[in-house]
Amino acid sequence: MNAPGKQPDNVSVGPPLWLLAELTYRCPLQCPYCSNPLDFAQTERELTTEQWVSVLRQGRAMGAAQLGFSGGEPLVRQDLPELIAEARDLGYYTNLITSGLGLNSAKVDAFAEAGLDHIQVSFQASDPELNNAVAGSRKAFDQKLAMARAVKEAGYPMVLNFVIHRHNIHQMNDIIELCDRLGADYVELATCQYYGWAFKNREGLMPSRGQLEKAEAEVNAYRARLQDAGSAMKLIFVTPDYYEERPKACMNGWGSLFLTVAPDGTALPCHSARILPIDFPNVTEMELRDVWYNSPGFNHYRGDSWMPEPCRSCDEKAKDFGGCRCQAYMLTGNADNADPVCGKSPHHDRILAARRAADHATAGIEELTFRNADNSRLFYRG
Amino acid sequence: MAKTPKLRRGFRFQWEPAQESYVLLYPEGMVKLNGSAGAILKEVDGERNVDSIVASLEQQFPDAGPLGKDVEEFLQDAEKQHWIELV
Ligand code: SF4
Ligand code: SF4
Repeated sequence: MNAPGKQPDNVSVGPPLWLLAELTYRCPLQCPYCSNPLDFAQTERELTTEQWVSVLRQGRAMGAAQLGFSGGEPLVRQDLPELIAEARDLGYYTNLITSGLGLNSAKVDAFAEAGLDHIQVSFQASDPELNNAVAGSRKAFDQKLAMARAVKEAGYPMVLNFVIHRHNIHQMNDIIELCDRLGADYVELATCQYYGWAFKNREGLMPSRGQLEKAEAEVNAYRARLQDAGSAMKLIFVTPDYYEERPKACMNGWGSLFLTVAPDGTALPCHSARILPIDFPNVTEMELRDVWYNSPGFNHYRGDSWMPEPCRSCDEKAKDFGGCRCQAYMLTGNADNADPVCGKSPHHDRILAARRAADHATAGIEELTFRNADNSRLFYRG
Repeated sequence: MAKTPKLRRGFRFQWEPAQESYVLLYPEGMVKLNGSAGAILKEVDGERNVDSIVASLEQQFPDAGPLGKDVEEFLQDAEKQHWIELV
């Protein structure tokens, strides 16, 4: 065992090439699959502009090249144009991940001028009714359409993101058609990953295997048609790991490429890790270099000496690093365990139970717990 | 080849000191380029055609012999990956 907080001896830690700046937990939408922590409303403090600028500078000096501005809804930060300009000056490739609410054509153009490289607009469905029901907002869909068009007009590459779950998974063809009509360059069809609010709502969100297989076949067929037509639109279908027998190599390894900074400055190896019973450093109290290379939080799961069985003696551990620590924690109560998605995990039955439940689930959208401050308070005031 | 290669919209090519290499950046993605890929893409400015890029590279690397075939193959591959357009 290594002394806590030290970099494991046999691991060489490279720079954090990706920096995710979660500017705020504030958001006008209420997606029931939001990956923000359930108790987000407890964290009202947000870093100041100066503090964010300092994080950006330090990250870039360490080698970060990809930068994401997300949240919550990053557009609620009034200093966003300033942060974008700073990021561009520093040489980041800057991505804005937004619901499109609060955006207008003037802002889209102003951001382009400031040097924003890419805007990803997320949709909830291919039609207004379902979209707005899932988003918990009556005017979301029209606004999103308008903003997708404005993004295109301003000359950005257009990336549209759809989170896929049992209530919209039958819409694959419609969704892709909509994206084609809007002239998207990339379409992310991301089946829900069960973190944060999505974990809470898993039973009401998780598609059955039958639904999933049908959707995947539709995407593949559409992809073939696009290819024949010479279209450059790329379809990225992210399959849910709950239907796999081996876990994903989460974040490409703990503390290996990704560095997330939460609204209050907490530094995390992934956007979900806040739920783990681990002390993570805050960028207002520690230099980013120390956070990344020397903090106990970031070194906690580097290397593989922390692994219990079955991972410890498994010949696949260099491939998937034992899967996702958050998933292990949520499903087994101990984050050291193998990710239960793995067929070798003694807890794999929890995944099987979730699959069975998905075959029989009947809950409607209105029964989901929507992500908003009132609901959030239930999770820390009890 | 008289066609002119141009980086596709949303793609950025730059030197990254921390990785000691040229990279290609695009929406939420990054490719680390090997030496020759970096050297070729460095010449892609949307102005000069393939022939003139080949000539420039042959001048920079006189010991490498004729480069036309390799450069064309690489650029065609890059087009297939949707990194560049050949117009
Ligand atoms: S997932 Fe939905 S609710 Fe959560 S931050 Fe994004 S837009 Fe807001
Ligand atoms: S036992 Fe652990 S290391 Fe082996 S495949 Fe499963 S999760 Fe990966």
